[in-house]
Amino acid sequence: MAVTKTDARDEAGLDAETLRAMYRHMLRSRLLDERMWVLNRQGRAPFWISGMGHEAVQVAFGMNLRPGYDWVAPYYRDLALTLVLGMTPRDQLLSALARAADPNSGGRQMPAHYGCRRYNIITTGSSVGTQLLHAAGIALASRMRGEDAVTFTSCGEGATSEGDFHEALNFAATQRLAVLFVVENNGFAISVPWEKQMPIPNVADRAAAYGVPGIVVDGEDPMACYRVAKEAVAHARRGEGPVLVEAKVLRLTSHSSDDDQRRYRPAEELAAEKERDCVARFRSQLEDLGVLTASVADDMRTDLTRELDRAEEEAEAAPLPEAETAMRNVLAEPAEGGERG
Amino acid sequence: MAEITYLQAIHDGIRDEMERDPSVLVLGEDVGAKGGVFGVTEGLQKEFGEWRVLDSPLAESLIAGVAIGAAFNGMRPIAEIQFQDFIMPAVDQIFSEAAKIRYRSNGDWNVPMVVRAPFGGGVHGALYHSQSVEAIFCHVPGLRVVVPSTPYDAKGMIVAAVRDPDPVMYFEHKRAYRAVKGEVPDGDYVVPLDRARVAREGADIAIFTYGMMVHTALEAAGRLARDGFECEIVDLRSLRPLDHDAIVASARKCGKVLVLQEANLAVSIASEVAAIIAEDCFDYLDAPVMRLGGPEIPAMPYSPPLERFYLVTTDKIEQALRDLAAY
Repeated sequence: MAVTKTDARDEAGLDAETLRAMYRHMLRSRLLDERMWVLNRQGRAPFWISGMGHEAVQVAFGMNLRPGYDWVAPYYRDLALTLVLGMTPRDQLLSALARAADPNSGGRQMPAHYGCRRYNIITTGSSVGTQLLHAAGIALASRMRGEDAVTFTSCGEGATSEGDFHEALNFAATQRLAVLFVVENNGFAISVPWEKQMPIPNVADRAAAYGVPGIVVDGEDPMACYRVAKEAVAHARRGEGPVLVEAKVLRLTSHSSDDDQRRYRPAEELAAEKERDCVARFRSQLEDLGVLTASVADDMRTDLTRELDRAEEEAEAAPLPEAETAMRNVLAEPAEGGERG
Repeated sequence: MAEITYLQAIHDGIRDEMERDPSVLVLGEDVGAKGGVFGVTEGLQKEFGEWRVLDSPLAESLIAGVAIGAAFNGMRPIAEIQFQDFIMPAVDQIFSEAAKIRYRSNGDWNVPMVVRAPFGGGVHGALYHSQSVEAIFCHVPGLRVVVPSTPYDAKGMIVAAVRDPDPVMYFEHKRAYRAVKGEVPDGDYVVPLDRARVAREGADIAIFTYGMMVHTALEAAGRLARDGFECEIVDLRSLRPLDHDAIVASARKCGKVLVLQEANLAVSIASEVAAIIAEDCFDYLDAPVMRLGGPEIPAMPYSPPLERFYLVTTDKIEQALRDLAAY
């Protein structure tokens, strides 16, 4: 289970258009993520938890899923994934600014607690690892109805110490359910490095214990991620059971806006990681391959920034929830009757 | 109309719902070929197959978490926890997830799930097969908690729980399974999940209780009736929400109140019922609210004298009622 790297294009149907689309998705998420930090540091958004450095693997899987048909049980770093599936910067800015129209939660949850019924993105809370079991249950239901939908679920390597990680893999493997378990291993559970969380180098090595494929991929290599995602999705969709993918990613920011990783990580390490950033590297890689010119890339950035500015204006102008609405949606309200809302 | 056991009534309700609605499934330890350790799901796997009556691994968080996931994706799972004592690993899934999913998604998602578990002692089950921990679930908005005491309610409430769009904790007193029999009509009916029931009418002392304790209270009330004291017994049935109006009506009517439960009293169902009465019936009371429950020890011990010491018996209830009557 060596780290999968790629240095050639077109190994997994990666034509120029797909590569440019991947880059655009990654950049769109990165620009939004950076904006979230600005809003936080300006005092306009009390909290942010970033996905910077995790974009490549999220975009790779997102592009290989069928939004609204396949299912997604994400975790709090999956900003890029939600955007690929169809959510918008405006949606996530409404959440960051705690607006009533936030489609994730109506301003009830902290930002980055994703959920959107329209795209089969289940609502997620802050307990880590619980969503892995939900993914198994979702896949069970798909299987019972004879559907070939796959269920994507993700977590950090920190959550792989939770019992729910084992329970979910064990069950999905035993029942051969179409679940993609994607561990975005950024090496840290807040401040605790992976060496203090586990005795073996790869989370994916545990796949052997469940009798499922375990794949380690360089999460800063978008093309390698794409190839792995495509194969993993196909495997699950064929009914061959779950796959455990571990993407070795970088956490390019502190754990959250309330953390300062300079207190527990050496400056040289942080500086070195910036050099390996998937977004910047992918751009130069694509320029080298001739599928992206500097001017196209710059135009892309300009367009995305314009979209972001407009989204921020709209989110800023959107109303906050009325205080009394805090009492709503505890249980089904009488008019709803017995059917699912 | 047939007389059946409490256990049979639960079984019949589940079976009928599975037949009516293909999205209903049963998930839990030993629910398949064995039909559950008490036999509630007996025969269901044979009738509905291994997917719809699924033997889970021995992992309670899994049972609850997978049920929540299935509910996200259009199913109506009935998750069985083998004993309420062992529900604790599932509590994160139940409190942090199931109870909050409608709320945190602002109504975008909901969890039509039933979690069943047997509770209660007096069966020589010792510390880990006798507990009554239903109160901890009643603290959590976003859950319904019900405990039927009769076969009629057991069937009508399991059917209502399956059809309810939110998570329902459905707790069954294990001593009632075969000890309690009653008339159950054929065919489809539901019992609401938020209404108490007057199990015995009277005007002297109101007793509020639930589960197997309803039957113990009925015996004790019978003894007092010989001396001319008529107790009203309110079977709470729904522990969350409590039927506020029914509690207030009977407390005001009688003026004297005994709140009974098998569990220990601190921060419990009895505490909440007593608080409602203190808040809303103060002017109507002729005596302080009295509570009777288990002692403040970690759980029910094994040896018969120790177990008997724990249990709220007919004698103990009778004594409490006589004390109240004399007040």
